Amino acid sequence: MDSILDIARWQFGITTVYHFFFVPLTIGLTLLVAVMETLWLRTRSPEWLRLTKFFGKLMLINFAIGVVTGIVQEFQFGMNWSDYSRFVGDVFGAPLAVEALLAFFLESTFLGLWIFGWDKLPRGLHAGCMWIVHVGTLASSWFILSANSWMQHPVGYKYNPDTGRAELTDFAAVMFNKVQLVTFPHVILAAYMTAAAFVLGVSAWLYVSKKHQADRAMYRMGIRLGAWVVLVAGLGVAVTGDFQGKVMTEVQPMKMAAAEALYDTEDSCAPFSIFTIGTPDGTSEKFAITVPCLLSFLATGSFDGKVEGINDLRAQYQEKYGQDPGARYYDPSGSYTPIIPVTYWTFRYMIGLGMAGAFFAALILFLTRKGRAPTSKWFGRMAVATPILVLLANSAGWIFTEMGRQPWVVFGLMTTAHGDSPGVSTTEAWISLVTLTLLYGGLAVIEVGLILRTIRTGADAYQEPPNPTLGGSDDEDRPLAFAY
Amino acid sequence: MELTTVWFILIAVLWIGYFTLEGFDFGVGMLLPVLARDDRERRQMINTIGPVWDGNEVWVLTAGGATFAAFPEWYATLFSGFYLPLLLILVALIVRGLAFEYRHQRPEAAWHSWWDRAIIVGSYVPAFLWGVAFANIVRGVPIDESKDFTGTIFTLLNPVGLLGGLVTLFLFLTHGAMFVALKTDGDIRHRARALSIKLGLVAAVVAVAFLVWAQVHTGNGWSALLFVVAALALVAGIATAYAGREGWGFIGTFVCIALAVAGLFVALFPDVMPSSTDPAFSLNTTNAAATHYTLTVMTVVAAIFTPIVLCYQAWTYWIFRKRISIHHIPEAELEGIH
Ligand code: HDD
Ligand code: HEM
Ligand code: HEM
Repeated sequence: MDSILDIARWQFGITTVYHFFFVPLTIGLTLLVAVMETLWLRTRSPEWLRLTKFFGKLMLINFAIGVVTGIVQEFQFGMNWSDYSRFVGDVFGAPLAVEALLAFFLESTFLGLWIFGWDKLPRGLHAGCMWIVHVGTLASSWFILSANSWMQHPVGYKYNPDTGRAELTDFAAVMFNKVQLVTFPHVILAAYMTAAAFVLGVSAWLYVSKKHQADRAMYRMGIRLGAWVVLVAGLGVAVTGDFQGKVMTEVQPMKMAAAEALYDTEDSCAPFSIFTIGTPDGTSEKFAITVPCLLSFLATGSFDGKVEGINDLRAQYQEKYGQDPGARYYDPSGSYTPIIPVTYWTFRYMIGLGMAGAFFAALILFLTRKGRAPTSKWFGRMAVATPILVLLANSAGWIFTEMGRQPWVVFGLMTTAHGDSPGVSTTEAWISLVTLTLLYGGLAVIEVGLILRTIRTGADAYQEPPNPTLGGSDDEDRPLAFAY
Repeated sequence: MELTTVWFILIAVLWIGYFTLEGFDFGVGMLLPVLARDDRERRQMINTIGPVWDGNEVWVLTAGGATFAAFPEWYATLFSGFYLPLLLILVALIVRGLAFEYRHQRPEAAWHSWWDRAIIVGSYVPAFLWGVAFANIVRGVPIDESKDFTGTIFTLLNPVGLLGGLVTLFLFLTHGAMFVALKTDGDIRHRARALSIKLGLVAAVVAVAFLVWAQVHTGNGWSALLFVVAALALVAGIATAYAGREGWGFIGTFVCIALAVAGLFVALFPDVMPSSTDPAFSLNTTNAAATHYTLTVMTVVAAIFTPIVLCYQAWTYWIFRKRISIHHIPEAELEGIH
C-alpha cells in the first residue's frame, strides 16, 4: 500500500463496516425497547419494565459506540476523500447536513431525556421519548441511505463542465431515488431483524442459565418477542431484497453479474449457484450446486429472463464510459469489473447467514410453543448463534453493495481512484489508519466485555419507578432515579 | 442578501452553538481532577452535563455537514488540510464520549479512574486544538491554486495558532467552572465559583491578546465592536461571579464566547479560508460555495427545523434545570449494585 488511495479505502471499509455493526442494533433496539416500555404501560406487568430497563441498558452501551464511530464517518469524507467531496458536495452534502439537523439532534436530545428522565417526565412521555429516538434513527437512515443510493445511481443532478462537478437540480429526485426506495426498507428491516435476534439470543441465554432460573417466565417473553420479530422482519428482508435485485440489474447490471460470477450472457433461465468449489471466477468450476433459473428470477422477475454476463457488460461499459465526455473520469481500457470472488461470496453470505438466522428463530418459536420449555445446551447455543449470523449477514450485504459498485465511487460518474485527497501524505494517511484501527480494536474488546458482563448480571429486580409531573418529583431531595 | 452570505452566517451560528454549549462540557471534563475531591463529586460533576453533552456535540456534526453542503470546497480543503489535528480531535471525542456512558457501568475504582482520564484528556485535546484550527483559518494557511492545503502539521503550530489554542482552552475552563457553580450545590459550588474567577482572569489576558492580533490582522469596524463587547462580557461575567451571581457569570462567559467567534467570522468574511501563498487562491463565500439551488433547498430546511431543534434543546435544559448536590447521587451506583 504505497498510495493514499489504498490506505483511504482500507480506512473507509474498516471504519464504515465497524460503524455498521452497532447501527442496526441501535435502530432495532430503540424500537424494541419502546415497544417493551409501551407494553409495560399497557399491561403493568413488572416483567416488561424489567426487560425495558435491561435492554435499554444494553442499547445504551451499544449506542455510545455507534455515536462516536459516526463522528469519524462524518469527517472522513473531507479528510481522505477531498476530491470526491469537491466533486459531489453540491449533491451529497445536503443529505448529510439535513441528517444532522433533523435526526442527530432528535436522537441525542431525546435519548438524554429518556436516560435521565425517569423521575422528571410523566410515564407516557418517558416512553414517548424512546419512540422519538427511534423515529430519529429512521430519519438518520433515510438521509444517509439517500446519499449512498445517489452514489449507486446518481439522479437529480447535472454535470457542470465549468466547475467540473456534479450539481444538484432536483432534491426530491435524490430523496426518492428508486434505489433509495428499495434500499431503505431492506436496511431497516435487516436492522429490526438484527436487534430482534439480539433480544432473542440474550433472553434465551439467560433463560437456560441456572442462575436466572427464577426469571424464566420473563426471559421467555423476550424470546418470543424476539423470535417473532426476526421472522416477520426476515420475510420482509427477503421480499425487499428481491426488489433490490431487480433495481440493481437495471441500474448496475455488472453488479448482478458479479454477484453470480456469470461471465457469459444467459439468454434465458440463468441458474443460481448456491455453492461452488474451484475458482469462482467461472473458469474452472469443479463442483457446484445450482438452482435452475433462479438467477433469472432474482434479476428480472421471470424464470426465463435474460441475464447479461460480465464479458459482454465490460465491452458495453468500455464503449459507453470510455468515450463518454460527460463522465468526468473515465478510462478507455478500464475493466469496469469488481473483484468477483468478493461479490460472489458476500452475496451468498448475506443471504445464507441471514436466512439461517431466520430459520433458527422459526425453530426456537416452534420449540417454545404452548408453554414448552427447552433448556438444553443446544437450544442456548442456537439462540446465541442467531444474532451473530444476522449481524454478519448485514456486513456481508454492505461489502457486497459497495465492492460491487467498484471501480466507481459514484456509478458512471467518478471512479474511486479519483476521489482521494491529493493534499494528504501517505504518512498522514497511515497514521490515521493505524490509529483508528487500533483504537477500534481496543474499543471492541471493551464493548463486548461490557455487554457480556451486563448480560450475565441479568435484569435488575423490579422497582416501582417514580411517576413524576413534568420537570421533577415532589421530593426534591431524593436521590436521582438514574445517575452516571 | 446573497444566499452564500446567509450560509456563511448560518455556519458561524452553528460554530457559535458548538463552542458555547460544548465549551462548558469540555470545561467540566477538564476540571474533573481539579474541582472534585472524590468519586462522588466527580459523579456530581459528570451528571451536570450527563443529559446534554451528546446534544451539544451534534452542533459540530451539523456544522461539518452544513459546510459540506453549502461550501463543499471549504469542507474539502479544511478537513484534508488540518488532517492530523482533526484526527486527534476525533480520537479525543471518541474516548470522551464513551467514557461518559461506560464509566458508571462497573463499580471498580480502577475502571472509574481510567475513564476519568479519558474524559480529562478527551476534553483538553479538542478544547485546545479547535482554537489552533480557528486561529489558523483566520491567519491564513498555504493553499495552492487547486485549493489544496500544501503545509504540514508544523505549519499549523505557529505562535498565533498556539495562542488561539490557549484562548479556547482557558475560555472553556472558565465557562465550565461557571457551569459547575451554577448547576451544583454544596461545597463544590463555592470552589467552582472561586476557581472560575481565577481562570477567567487568565482567559481574559490571552483572549484580549489574541483578539487584538486578529483585529490588527484582518479586522474591520464590526469585528472590533464584537471583540470589545466580548471582552466586556467576560469581565462582567467574572465580576458578577465574584459577587456571587453564578447565573450571570455563566451568561457572561457564554456571551463572550459567542461574540468572539462571531467577531472572527466577521473579520474573515468574505473569505472562508484565506491562502497565505497567494490571496488569489483564497477560498471565499463565492468560489467555495454550492449552487444556488442547493443553497435554496438547504435554506428552506434550516428555516423550518432550526427553530424546532432550538425549542426542544431549550426544553431539555429546562427539564434538567435543578442543581445537583451530593445527596442526589444514588448510593447504589456507588457500591456497584445496579
Ligand atoms: C440481515 C441482513 C440481511 C439479509 C438476511 C439479507 N440482506 Fe440483502 N442487504 C443487507 C442485509 C441483508 C444490507 C446490509 O442491509 C444491504 C447492504 C446495502 C443495502 O442496501 O442493504 C443489503 C443489500 C442487498 C442487495 C444489494 C443492493 C444494491 O447494491 O443495489 C441485494 C440485491 C440484496 N441485499 C438482496 C437480498 C436478498 C435477495 C436477500 C434474501 C433473501 C437478502 N438480501 C437478505
Ligand atoms: C451513506 C452511506 C455510505 C456512503 C456515503 C459510503 C461511501 C463510500 C465510499 C466513498 C467508498 C469508496 C471508498 C472505497 O472504495 O473504499 C465506499 C466503499 C465502501 N463502503 Fe461505503 N458508504 C456508505 C455506507 C456504507 C456502509 C453502511 C458500509 C458497511 C457497513 C459500507 C462499506 C463500504 C465498503 C466495504 C467499501 C469498499 C471498500 C473498498 O472498496 O476497499 N459503506 N463507500
Ligand atoms: C458513511 C456514511 C455514514 C456517515 C457519515 C454517518 C454518520 C453518523 C454520525 C456522525 C453519527 C453520530 C450521531 C450522533 O452523535 O448522535 C451516526 C450514528 C448513526 N448512524 Fe451513521 N453514518 C454513516 C453510515 C450509516 C448508515 C448507512 C446508516 C443506516 C442505515 C447509519 C445510521 C446511523 C444511526 C441510526 C445512528 C444513530 C445511532 C447510533 O449511533 O448507533 N449510518 N452516523
